[in-house]
Amino acid sequence: MLGTTFKRIIRAGVVGFFRNAFVSLATMLVMMITLFVIGSLLFMNAALESTLDQVKDKVDINAYFLTTASEEQVLEVKTAVEHLPEVMAVQYISREEALVIFKERHKDDQLTLQALEELDENPLGASLAIRAKDPSQYEIVADFLEGQMAVAEGEQQIIEKVNYHQNKVVIDRLSGLTASIETAGLAFTIFLTVASVMIIFNTIRLAIYTNRDEIEVMQLVGASNWFVRGPYIVEGVLYGFVAGLFTLFLFYPLSIYMSSATESFFGSFNSLVFYTSNFGMLFKYIVGSGVVLGAVSSFLAVRRYLGV
Amino acid sequence: MSDSLIRFDKVSKFYNGGPAALDAVDLDVKHGEFVSIVGHSGAGKSTLLKMILAELYPSEGAVLIDMDDTQHLSKGEVTQLRRKIGTVFQNFRLIDSKTVYENIAFALEVAGMGDEEIEVDVPHVLGLVDLHDKAEHFPKELSGGEQQRVAIARAIVIQPSLLIADEPTGNLDPINTYEVVQILKKINDLGTTVVLTTHNKGVVDSVGGRVVTMDAGKIVRDDSGGQYML
Repeated sequence: MLGTTFKRIIRAGVVGFFRNAFVSLATMLVMMITLFVIGSLLFMNAALESTLDQVKDKVDINAYFLTTASEEQVLEVKTAVEHLPEVMAVQYISREEALVIFKERHKDDQLTLQALEELDENPLGASLAIRAKDPSQYEIVADFLEGQMAVAEGEQQIIEKVNYHQNKVVIDRLSGLTASIETAGLAFTIFLTVASVMIIFNTIRLAIYTNRDEIEVMQLVGASNWFVRGPYIVEGVLYGFVAGLFTLFLFYPLSIYMSSATESFFGSFNSLVFYTSNFGMLFKYIVGSGVVLGAVSSFLAVRRYLGV
Repeated sequence: MSDSLIRFDKVSKFYNGGPAALDAVDLDVKHGEFVSIVGHSGAGKSTLLKMILAELYPSEGAVLIDMDDTQHLSKGEVTQLRRKIGTVFQNFRLIDSKTVYENIAFALEVAGMGDEEIEVDVPHVLGLVDLHDKAEHFPKELSGGEQQRVAIARAIVIQPSLLIADEPTGNLDPINTYEVVQILKKINDLGTTVVLTTHNKGVVDSVGGRVVTMDAGKIVRDDSGGQYML
Protein backbone atom coordinates (compact mmCIF):
# COMPACT_ATOMS: atom_id res chain seq x y z
CA MET A 1 0.00 0.00 0.00
CA LEU A 2 2.75 2.44 0.98
CA GLY A 3 4.89 1.25 -1.93
CA THR A 4 1.98 1.65 -4.34
CA THR A 5 1.30 5.17 -3.08
CA PHE A 6 4.96 6.05 -3.39
CA LYS A 7 5.12 4.68 -6.91
CA ARG A 8 1.98 6.63 -7.87
CA ILE A 9 3.36 9.85 -6.41
CA ILE A 10 6.60 9.46 -8.38
CA ARG A 11 4.70 8.61 -11.55
CA ALA A 12 2.30 11.55 -11.20
CA GLY A 13 5.27 13.88 -10.65
CA VAL A 14 7.15 12.61 -13.69
CA VAL A 15 4.02 12.77 -15.87
CA GLY A 16 3.33 16.32 -14.66
CA PHE A 17 6.91 17.31 -15.42
CA PHE A 18 6.68 16.24 -19.05
CA ARG A 19 3.07 17.25 -19.60
CA ASN A 20 3.52 20.84 -18.42
CA ALA A 21 6.54 21.07 -20.69
CA PHE A 22 6.36 24.82 -21.15
CA VAL A 23 5.98 25.63 -17.46
CA SER A 24 8.73 23.12 -16.68
CA LEU A 25 11.03 24.70 -19.22
CA ALA A 26 10.39 28.24 -17.98
CA THR A 27 10.89 27.21 -14.37
CA MET A 28 14.10 25.39 -15.17
CA LEU A 29 15.49 28.34 -17.12
CA VAL A 30 14.97 30.61 -14.13
CA MET A 31 16.50 28.00 -11.86
CA MET A 32 19.46 27.71 -14.21
CA ILE A 33 20.12 31.43 -13.92
CA THR A 34 20.17 31.30 -10.15
CA LEU A 35 22.16 28.06 -10.05
CA PHE A 36 24.57 29.70 -12.46
CA VAL A 37 25.03 32.51 -9.95
CA ILE A 38 25.72 29.97 -7.21
CA GLY A 39 28.19 28.17 -9.49
CA SER A 40 29.93 31.41 -10.43
CA LEU A 41 30.35 32.17 -6.74
CA LEU A 42 32.14 28.84 -6.31
CA PHE A 43 34.51 29.80 -9.13
CA MET A 44 35.01 33.31 -7.81
CA ASN A 45 35.74 32.13 -4.30
CA ALA A 46 38.23 29.57 -5.56
CA ALA A 47 39.98 32.17 -7.73
CA LEU A 48 40.09 34.65 -4.88
CA GLU A 49 41.35 32.10 -2.42
CA SER A 50 44.14 30.89 -4.66
CA THR A 51 45.19 34.48 -5.39
CA LEU A 52 45.26 35.38 -1.73
CA ASP A 53 47.19 32.22 -0.90
CA GLN A 54 49.68 33.13 -3.53
CA VAL A 55 50.16 36.64 -2.19
CA LYS A 56 50.38 35.37 1.38
CA ASP A 57 53.06 32.93 0.26
CA LYS A 58 55.22 35.78 -0.93
CA VAL A 59 55.29 37.46 2.46
CA ASP A 60 57.70 36.26 5.09
CA ILE A 61 60.03 37.67 7.71
CA ASN A 62 63.69 37.05 7.99
CA ALA A 63 65.95 36.81 10.96
CA TYR A 64 69.55 37.67 10.03
CA PHE A 65 72.28 36.21 12.16
CA LEU A 66 75.69 37.65 12.87
CA THR A 67 78.61 35.95 11.17
CA THR A 68 79.83 35.02 14.59
CA ALA A 69 76.79 32.87 15.27
CA SER A 70 77.55 29.19 14.99
CA GLU A 71 75.41 26.84 12.95
CA GLU A 72 74.27 25.05 16.12
CA GLN A 73 73.06 28.34 17.58
CA VAL A 74 71.14 29.18 14.44
CA LEU A 75 69.56 25.74 14.27
CA GLU A 76 68.62 26.03 17.93
CA VAL A 77 66.67 29.21 17.16
CA LYS A 78 65.17 27.51 14.11
CA THR A 79 63.84 24.64 16.22
CA ALA A 80 62.44 27.08 18.78
CA VAL A 81 60.69 29.09 16.06
CA GLU A 82 59.32 25.97 14.44
CA HIS A 83 57.65 25.08 17.71
CA LEU A 84 55.59 28.27 17.70
CA PRO A 85 51.99 27.34 16.84
CA GLU A 86 51.67 30.31 14.45
CA VAL A 87 54.58 29.26 12.28
CA MET A 88 53.94 27.33 9.08
CA ALA A 89 57.47 26.87 7.73
CA VAL A 90 61.02 27.93 8.49
CA GLN A 91 63.72 27.87 5.91
CA TYR A 92 67.35 27.86 7.02
CA ILE A 93 69.78 29.64 4.73
CA SER A 94 73.36 28.87 5.73
CA ARG A 95 76.20 31.32 5.29
CA GLU A 96 77.44 29.40 2.24
CA GLU A 97 74.00 29.39 0.65
CA ALA A 98 73.68 33.09 1.33
CA LEU A 99 76.95 33.64 -0.51
CA VAL A 100 75.79 31.60 -3.50
CA ILE A 101 72.54 33.56 -3.61
CA PHE A 102 74.43 36.84 -3.32
CA LYS A 103 76.78 35.93 -6.14
CA GLU A 104 73.92 34.82 -8.32
CA ARG A 105 72.05 38.05 -7.69
CA HIS A 106 75.07 40.19 -8.55
CA LYS A 107 76.46 38.13 -11.37
CA ASP A 108 76.31 41.11 -13.73
CA ASP A 109 77.87 43.44 -11.21
CA GLN A 110 81.65 42.80 -11.54
CA LEU A 111 82.60 45.51 -9.07
CA THR A 112 80.67 44.01 -6.21
CA LEU A 113 81.92 40.53 -7.03
CA GLN A 114 85.50 41.80 -7.08
CA ALA A 115 85.00 43.49 -3.73
CA LEU A 116 83.74 40.20 -2.38
CA GLU A 117 86.83 38.43 -3.69
CA GLU A 118 89.00 40.89 -1.75
CA LEU A 119 87.64 39.56 1.51
CA ASP A 120 89.24 36.43 2.97
CA GLU A 121 86.08 35.51 4.72
CA ASN A 122 82.44 35.14 3.82
CA PRO A 123 80.90 38.38 5.10
CA LEU A 124 77.35 37.10 5.02
CA GLY A 125 75.51 35.70 8.00
CA ALA A 126 73.04 32.85 8.06
CA SER A 127 69.37 33.66 8.07
CA LEU A 128 65.98 32.10 8.72
CA ALA A 129 63.05 32.79 6.41
CA ILE A 130 59.86 32.33 8.40
CA ARG A 131 56.35 31.99 7.06
CA ALA A 132 53.41 32.28 9.41
CA LYS A 133 50.09 30.55 8.86
CA ASP A 134 48.36 33.91 8.61
CA PRO A 135 49.78 37.38 7.91
CA SER A 136 48.30 38.73 11.15
CA GLN A 137 50.52 36.35 13.12
CA TYR A 138 53.86 37.81 12.04
CA GLU A 139 53.86 40.18 14.95
CA ILE A 140 53.90 37.30 17.44
CA VAL A 141 56.78 35.65 15.59
CA ALA A 142 58.68 38.91 15.39
CA ASP A 143 58.21 39.51 19.12
CA PHE A 144 59.55 36.06 19.82
CA LEU A 145 62.64 36.65 17.69
CA GLU A 146 63.26 40.02 19.25
CA GLY A 147 63.05 38.34 22.62
CA GLN A 148 65.82 36.04 21.45
CA MET A 149 67.90 39.05 20.43
CA ALA A 150 67.94 40.48 23.94
CA VAL A 151 70.59 38.18 25.25
CA ALA A 152 71.43 37.36 28.79
CA GLU A 153 74.59 38.75 30.30
CA GLY A 154 77.76 37.02 29.29
CA GLU A 155 76.16 35.56 26.23
CA GLN A 156 76.88 36.76 22.77
CA GLN A 157 74.25 38.34 20.62
CA ILE A 158 73.63 36.14 17.62
CA ILE A 159 70.68 37.71 15.79
CA GLU A 160 71.67 40.84 13.96
CA LYS A 161 68.23 42.02 12.97
CA VAL A 162 64.68 40.97 12.20
CA ASN A 163 63.18 42.64 9.15
CA TYR A 164 59.62 42.56 10.46
CA HIS A 165 59.39 46.32 10.90
CA GLN A 166 60.38 46.99 7.30
CA ASN A 167 57.73 44.52 6.19
CA LYS A 168 55.19 45.53 8.79
CA VAL A 169 53.31 48.00 6.60
CA VAL A 170 52.98 45.51 3.76
CA ILE A 171 52.00 42.71 6.11
CA ASP A 172 49.43 44.83 7.91
CA ARG A 173 47.88 45.98 4.67
CA LEU A 174 47.78 42.49 3.32
CA SER A 175 46.14 41.00 6.39
CA GLY A 176 43.62 43.85 6.41
CA LEU A 177 42.91 43.34 2.74
CA THR A 178 42.59 39.58 3.04
CA ALA A 179 40.17 39.90 5.90
CA SER A 180 38.00 42.48 4.18
CA ILE A 181 37.97 40.59 0.87
CA GLU A 182 36.95 37.44 2.69
CA THR A 183 34.19 39.25 4.62
CA ALA A 184 32.92 40.99 1.49
CA GLY A 185 33.01 37.72 -0.44
CA LEU A 186 31.04 35.98 2.28
CA ALA A 187 28.45 38.77 2.45
CA PHE A 188 28.13 38.76 -1.33
CA THR A 189 27.72 34.99 -1.37
CA ILE A 190 25.05 35.07 1.32
CA PHE A 191 23.18 37.88 -0.42
CA LEU A 192 23.17 36.18 -3.82
CA THR A 193 22.26 32.82 -2.33
CA VAL A 194 19.30 34.29 -0.46
CA ALA A 195 18.20 36.11 -3.63
CA SER A 196 18.52 32.89 -5.65
CA VAL A 197 16.51 30.92 -3.13
CA MET A 198 13.74 33.51 -3.17
CA ILE A 199 13.65 33.62 -6.97
CA ILE A 200 13.43 29.85 -7.23
CA PHE A 201 10.83 29.69 -4.50
CA ASN A 202 8.71 32.32 -6.19
CA THR A 203 9.01 30.69 -9.60
CA ILE A 204 7.86 27.35 -8.31
CA ARG A 205 5.15 29.00 -6.26
CA LEU A 206 3.79 30.61 -9.43
CA ALA A 207 3.91 27.31 -11.27
CA ILE A 208 1.94 25.69 -8.47
CA TYR A 209 -0.38 28.67 -8.07
CA THR A 210 -1.89 27.86 -11.45
CA ASN A 211 -2.79 24.47 -10.02
CA ARG A 212 -4.48 25.65 -6.84
CA ASP A 213 -7.94 24.64 -8.08
CA GLU A 214 -6.65 21.17 -8.83
CA ILE A 215 -5.23 20.89 -5.36
CA GLU A 216 -8.64 21.72 -3.93
CA VAL A 217 -10.33 19.16 -6.17
CA MET A 218 -7.81 16.48 -5.21
CA GLN A 219 -8.61 17.09 -1.57
CA LEU A 220 -12.35 16.94 -2.20
CA VAL A 221 -11.90 13.58 -3.86
CA GLY A 222 -10.24 12.44 -0.66
CA ALA A 223 -6.54 12.67 -1.41
CA SER A 224 -4.34 12.85 1.67
CA ASN A 225 -1.96 15.79 1.98
CA TRP A 226 1.03 13.70 0.97
CA PHE A 227 -0.77 12.38 -2.06
CA VAL A 228 -1.38 15.96 -3.21
CA ARG A 229 1.99 17.34 -2.18
CA GLY A 230 4.16 14.41 -3.27
CA PRO A 231 3.91 14.78 -7.06
CA TYR A 232 4.70 18.51 -6.84
CA ILE A 233 7.78 17.78 -4.76
CA VAL A 234 8.85 15.16 -7.28
CA GLU A 235 8.37 17.76 -10.01
CA GLY A 236 10.38 20.31 -8.02
CA VAL A 237 13.20 17.81 -7.54
CA LEU A 238 13.18 17.10 -11.28
CA TYR A 239 13.27 20.82 -12.10
CA GLY A 240 16.25 21.27 -9.80
CA PHE A 241 18.07 18.16 -10.98
CA VAL A 242 17.74 18.91 -14.69
CA ALA A 243 18.46 22.64 -14.26
CA GLY A 244 21.49 21.73 -12.11
CA LEU A 245 22.85 19.31 -14.70
CA PHE A 246 22.44 21.81 -17.51
CA THR A 247 24.09 24.55 -15.47
CA LEU A 248 26.96 22.24 -14.59
CA PHE A 249 27.52 21.35 -18.24
CA LEU A 250 27.23 25.00 -19.22
CA PHE A 251 30.26 25.73 -17.05
CA TYR A 252 32.38 23.33 -19.09
CA PRO A 253 32.63 25.32 -22.34
CA LEU A 254 32.82 28.49 -20.26
CA SER A 255 35.76 27.10 -18.30
CA ILE A 256 37.56 26.23 -21.50
CA TYR A 257 36.85 29.66 -22.90
CA MET A 258 37.99 31.44 -19.73
CA SER A 259 40.89 29.10 -19.09
CA SER A 260 43.78 31.22 -20.38
CA ALA A 261 42.16 34.53 -19.39
CA THR A 262 41.79 33.42 -15.77
CA GLU A 263 45.30 32.02 -15.72
CA SER A 264 46.86 35.27 -16.85
CA PHE A 265 44.65 37.38 -14.57
CA PHE A 266 44.79 35.38 -11.35
CA GLY A 267 48.14 33.74 -11.94
CA SER A 268 47.66 30.54 -10.04
CA PHE A 269 44.01 29.97 -10.94
CA ASN A 270 42.86 28.23 -14.10
CA SER A 271 39.10 27.81 -14.60
CA LEU A 272 39.38 24.62 -16.64
CA VAL A 273 41.74 22.98 -14.17
CA PHE A 274 39.42 24.01 -11.35
CA TYR A 275 36.37 22.63 -13.20
CA THR A 276 37.89 19.26 -13.97
CA SER A 277 39.64 18.72 -10.64
CA ASN A 278 36.62 19.86 -8.60
CA PHE A 279 33.88 18.31 -10.72
CA GLY A 280 32.54 16.26 -7.83
CA MET A 281 32.34 19.28 -5.54
CA LEU A 282 30.69 21.40 -8.26
CA PHE A 283 28.19 18.62 -9.00
CA LYS A 284 27.35 18.33 -5.32
CA TYR A 285 26.81 22.05 -4.84
CA ILE A 286 25.08 22.99 -8.10
CA VAL A 287 22.90 19.94 -8.67
CA GLY A 288 22.45 19.50 -4.92
CA SER A 289 21.23 23.08 -4.42
CA GLY A 290 18.90 22.66 -7.39
CA VAL A 291 17.34 19.52 -5.96
CA VAL A 292 17.07 20.84 -2.41
CA LEU A 293 15.70 24.22 -3.52
CA GLY A 294 13.21 22.57 -5.87
CA ALA A 295 11.94 20.21 -3.21
CA VAL A 296 11.74 22.79 -0.42
CA SER A 297 10.09 25.40 -2.66
CA SER A 298 7.46 22.93 -3.86
CA PHE A 299 6.83 21.76 -0.33
CA LEU A 300 6.30 25.30 0.96
CA ALA A 301 4.30 26.42 -2.07
CA VAL A 302 1.84 23.53 -1.91
CA ARG A 303 1.48 23.89 1.82
CA ARG A 304 0.01 27.34 1.24
CA TYR A 305 -2.82 25.81 -0.77
CA LEU A 306 -3.47 22.85 1.45
CA GLY A 307 -6.39 23.82 3.62
CA VAL A 308 -7.95 20.92 5.56
CA MET B 1 -33.02 6.24 13.35
CA SER B 2 -30.24 3.71 12.83
CA ASP B 3 -30.65 3.76 9.05
CA SER B 4 -30.19 7.52 8.78
CA LEU B 5 -27.09 8.41 6.73
CA ILE B 6 -27.12 12.17 7.23
CA ARG B 7 -28.51 13.92 10.28
CA PHE B 8 -28.57 17.66 10.86
CA ASP B 9 -29.45 18.43 14.46
CA LYS B 10 -30.49 22.08 15.00
CA VAL B 11 -27.63 23.26 12.81
CA SER B 12 -26.93 26.97 12.49
CA LYS B 13 -24.10 28.64 10.63
CA PHE B 14 -22.98 32.24 10.87
CA TYR B 15 -20.33 33.80 8.67
CA ASN B 16 -18.47 36.63 10.39
CA GLY B 17 -21.41 37.75 12.49
CA GLY B 18 -23.72 38.18 9.48
CA PRO B 19 -27.22 36.75 9.29
CA ALA B 20 -27.51 32.98 9.67
CA ALA B 21 -26.63 31.06 6.51
CA LEU B 22 -28.31 28.10 8.15
CA ASP B 23 -30.86 28.65 10.89
CA ALA B 24 -31.59 25.73 13.23
CA VAL B 25 -31.87 23.18 10.41
CA ASP B 26 -33.12 19.68 11.20
CA LEU B 27 -32.74 17.18 8.38
CA ASP B 28 -32.67 13.43 8.24
CA VAL B 29 -31.63 11.54 5.10
CA LYS B 30 -31.98 7.76 5.10
CA HIS B 31 -29.91 5.23 3.20
CA GLY B 32 -31.06 4.84 -0.39
CA GLU B 33 -33.06 8.08 -0.57
CA PHE B 34 -32.96 10.55 -3.46
CA VAL B 35 -33.29 14.02 -1.97
CA SER B 36 -33.54 17.18 -4.04
CA ILE B 37 -32.79 20.39 -2.22
CA VAL B 38 -34.21 23.48 -3.90
CA GLY B 39 -34.12 27.16 -3.13
CA HIS B 40 -32.91 30.52 -4.33
CA SER B 41 -29.25 31.43 -4.37
CA GLY B 42 -28.15 32.18 -0.82
CA ALA B 43 -30.86 29.96 0.68
CA GLY B 44 -28.14 27.86 2.32
CA LYS B 45 -28.00 24.87 -0.05
CA SER B 46 -24.25 25.02 -0.63
CA THR B 47 -23.52 25.60 3.06
CA LEU B 48 -25.52 22.48 3.81
CA LEU B 49 -23.58 20.38 1.29
CA LYS B 50 -20.23 21.70 2.51
CA MET B 51 -21.12 20.61 6.00
CA ILE B 52 -21.82 17.08 4.78
CA LEU B 53 -18.31 17.05 3.24
CA ALA B 54 -16.82 18.50 6.45
CA GLU B 55 -15.55 21.49 4.49
CA LEU B 56 -17.51 23.64 6.95
CA TYR B 57 -18.54 23.01 10.51
CA PRO B 58 -21.72 24.19 12.25
CA SER B 59 -21.61 27.25 14.49
CA GLU B 60 -24.35 25.59 16.56
CA GLY B 61 -25.83 22.10 16.54
CA ALA B 62 -24.26 19.00 15.05
CA VAL B 63 -23.90 17.24 11.68
CA LEU B 64 -23.77 13.44 11.85
CA ILE B 65 -22.68 11.35 8.88
CA ASP B 66 -23.14 7.63 9.49
CA MET B 67 -23.61 8.51 13.19
CA ASP B 68 -20.22 10.34 13.36
CA ASP B 69 -20.20 13.98 14.40
CA THR B 70 -18.13 15.74 11.73
CA GLN B 71 -16.73 18.17 14.27
CA HIS B 72 -15.06 15.34 16.13
CA LEU B 73 -13.31 13.85 13.11
CA SER B 74 -9.54 14.05 12.78
CA LYS B 75 -7.90 15.22 9.56
CA GLY B 76 -7.37 11.64 8.49
CA GLU B 77 -10.98 10.72 9.30
CA VAL B 78 -12.22 13.67 7.21
CA THR B 79 -10.18 12.27 4.31
CA GLN B 80 -11.68 8.84 4.95
CA LEU B 81 -15.17 10.36 5.07
CA ARG B 82 -14.70 12.09 1.72
CA ARG B 83 -13.60 8.84 0.14
CA LYS B 84 -17.04 7.42 1.00
CA ILE B 85 -18.85 10.36 -0.60
CA GLY B 86 -18.97 10.97 -4.32
CA THR B 87 -19.25 14.63 -5.29
CA VAL B 88 -20.40 16.31 -8.48
CA PHE B 89 -20.30 20.08 -8.92
CA GLN B 90 -21.88 22.64 -11.21
CA ASN B 91 -18.46 23.57 -12.63
CA PHE B 92 -17.39 19.89 -12.91
CA ARG B 93 -14.13 20.41 -11.05
CA LEU B 94 -12.05 17.93 -12.96
CA ILE B 95 -8.27 17.97 -12.80
CA ASP B 96 -7.38 19.68 -16.07
CA SER B 97 -3.85 18.32 -16.27
CA LYS B 98 -5.05 14.72 -16.12
CA THR B 99 -6.85 12.73 -18.81
CA VAL B 100 -10.40 11.46 -18.36
CA TYR B 101 -9.03 8.05 -17.45
CA GLU B 102 -6.57 9.51 -14.94
CA ASN B 103 -9.21 11.74 -13.35
CA ILE B 104 -11.34 8.73 -12.58
CA ALA B 105 -8.38 6.56 -11.62
CA PHE B 106 -7.20 9.29 -9.25
CA ALA B 107 -10.24 8.79 -6.99
CA LEU B 108 -9.34 5.11 -6.73
CA GLU B 109 -5.63 5.78 -6.28
CA VAL B 110 -6.19 8.05 -3.30
CA ALA B 111 -8.40 5.36 -1.80
CA GLY B 112 -5.44 2.98 -2.10
CA MET B 113 -6.98 0.60 -4.65
CA GLY B 114 -4.69 -1.81 -6.48
CA ASP B 115 -3.73 -1.33 -10.11
CA GLU B 116 -5.71 -4.39 -11.28
CA GLU B 117 -8.92 -3.07 -9.72
CA ILE B 118 -8.35 0.34 -11.28
CA GLU B 119 -7.84 -1.21 -14.70
CA VAL B 120 -11.21 -2.96 -14.39
CA ASP B 121 -13.28 -0.31 -12.61
CA VAL B 122 -12.39 2.76 -14.68
CA PRO B 123 -13.47 1.35 -18.06
CA HIS B 124 -16.58 -0.01 -16.36
CA VAL B 125 -17.80 3.41 -15.12
CA LEU B 126 -16.72 5.05 -18.38
CA GLY B 127 -19.14 2.62 -20.00
CA LEU B 128 -21.88 3.58 -17.52
CA VAL B 129 -21.61 7.26 -18.52
CA ASP B 130 -21.03 6.33 -22.16
CA LEU B 131 -17.55 7.84 -22.52
CA HIS B 132 -15.26 4.88 -23.16
CA ASP B 133 -14.05 6.43 -26.40
CA LYS B 134 -12.92 9.63 -24.61
CA ALA B 135 -10.67 7.99 -22.01
CA GLU B 136 -7.45 9.56 -23.25
CA HIS B 137 -8.90 13.05 -23.77
CA PHE B 138 -8.23 15.96 -21.47
CA PRO B 139 -11.23 17.69 -19.81
CA LYS B 140 -10.76 20.85 -21.90
CA GLU B 141 -11.32 18.77 -25.04
CA LEU B 142 -14.80 17.70 -23.93
CA SER B 143 -18.21 19.39 -24.00
CA GLY B 144 -19.83 20.52 -20.74
CA GLY B 145 -22.15 17.53 -20.70
CA GLU B 146 -19.26 15.15 -21.27
CA GLN B 147 -17.22 16.78 -18.53
CA GLN B 148 -20.10 16.41 -16.11
CA ARG B 149 -20.42 12.75 -17.03
CA VAL B 150 -16.70 12.33 -16.29
CA ALA B 151 -17.28 14.00 -12.92
CA ILE B 152 -20.14 11.61 -12.21
CA ALA B 153 -18.01 8.65 -13.26
CA ARG B 154 -15.30 9.83 -10.89
CA ALA B 155 -17.87 10.20 -8.11
CA ILE B 156 -19.36 6.73 -8.49
CA VAL B 157 -16.22 4.72 -9.26
CA ILE B 158 -15.40 4.62 -5.55
CA GLN B 159 -18.82 3.03 -4.97
CA PRO B 160 -19.84 5.68 -2.48
CA SER B 161 -22.68 5.21 -0.06
CA LEU B 162 -23.61 8.85 -0.75
CA LEU B 163 -23.48 10.95 -3.90
CA ILE B 164 -23.66 14.72 -3.54
CA ALA B 165 -24.53 16.71 -6.64
CA ASP B 166 -24.32 20.47 -6.29
CA GLU B 167 -26.24 22.07 -9.19
CA PRO B 168 -24.91 19.37 -11.51
CA THR B 169 -27.01 20.59 -14.42
CA GLY B 170 -26.45 24.31 -13.84
CA ASN B 171 -24.13 24.69 -16.82
CA LEU B 172 -25.81 22.20 -19.15
CA ASP B 173 -28.31 22.38 -21.97
CA PRO B 174 -31.64 20.50 -21.66
CA ILE B 175 -30.45 17.37 -23.46
CA ASN B 176 -27.34 17.02 -21.32
CA THR B 177 -29.43 17.87 -18.26
CA TYR B 178 -31.80 15.04 -19.06
CA GLU B 179 -28.90 12.61 -19.51
CA VAL B 180 -27.29 13.61 -16.22
CA VAL B 181 -30.57 13.21 -14.34
CA GLN B 182 -31.09 9.79 -15.85
CA ILE B 183 -27.60 8.73 -14.76
CA LEU B 184 -28.23 10.01 -11.22
CA LYS B 185 -31.52 8.09 -11.06
CA LYS B 186 -29.78 4.94 -12.26
CA ILE B 187 -27.13 5.35 -9.56
CA ASN B 188 -29.86 5.80 -6.94
CA ASP B 189 -31.62 2.68 -8.22
CA LEU B 190 -28.38 0.78 -7.66
CA GLY B 191 -28.60 1.71 -3.96
CA THR B 192 -26.59 4.90 -3.59
CA THR B 193 -28.12 7.73 -1.58
CA VAL B 194 -28.22 10.89 -3.70
CA VAL B 195 -28.45 14.46 -2.42
CA LEU B 196 -28.98 16.95 -5.23
CA THR B 197 -29.31 20.71 -5.18
CA THR B 198 -30.84 22.50 -8.10
CA HIS B 199 -32.66 25.55 -9.41
CA ASN B 200 -34.16 23.61 -12.22
CA LYS B 201 -37.86 22.75 -11.89
CA GLY B 202 -37.65 20.27 -14.74
CA VAL B 203 -34.95 18.32 -12.95
CA VAL B 204 -36.93 18.07 -9.72
CA ASP B 205 -40.10 17.06 -11.46
CA SER B 206 -38.41 14.36 -13.48
CA VAL B 207 -36.67 12.90 -10.42
CA GLY B 208 -39.91 12.87 -8.47
CA GLY B 209 -38.34 11.96 -5.11
CA ARG B 210 -38.24 13.80 -1.85
CA VAL B 211 -37.97 17.59 -2.21
CA VAL B 212 -36.61 19.82 0.52
CA THR B 213 -37.22 23.53 -0.06
CA MET B 214 -34.96 26.05 1.64
CA ASP B 215 -35.30 29.76 2.12
CA ALA B 216 -33.09 32.13 4.10
CA GLY B 217 -31.29 29.30 5.86
CA LYS B 218 -34.45 27.47 6.93
CA ILE B 219 -36.19 24.39 5.59
CA VAL B 220 -39.61 25.67 4.59
CA ARG B 221 -41.04 22.53 2.94
CA ASP B 222 -40.12 18.86 3.02
CA ASP B 223 -42.32 16.70 0.76
CA SER B 224 -41.68 13.12 -0.14
CA GLY B 225 -42.72 12.61 -3.75
CA GLY B 226 -42.99 16.37 -3.96
CA GLN B 227 -42.85 18.86 -6.74
CA TYR B 228 -40.79 21.98 -7.19
CA MET B 229 -42.52 24.91 -5.55
CA LEU B 230 -41.14 28.27 -4.62
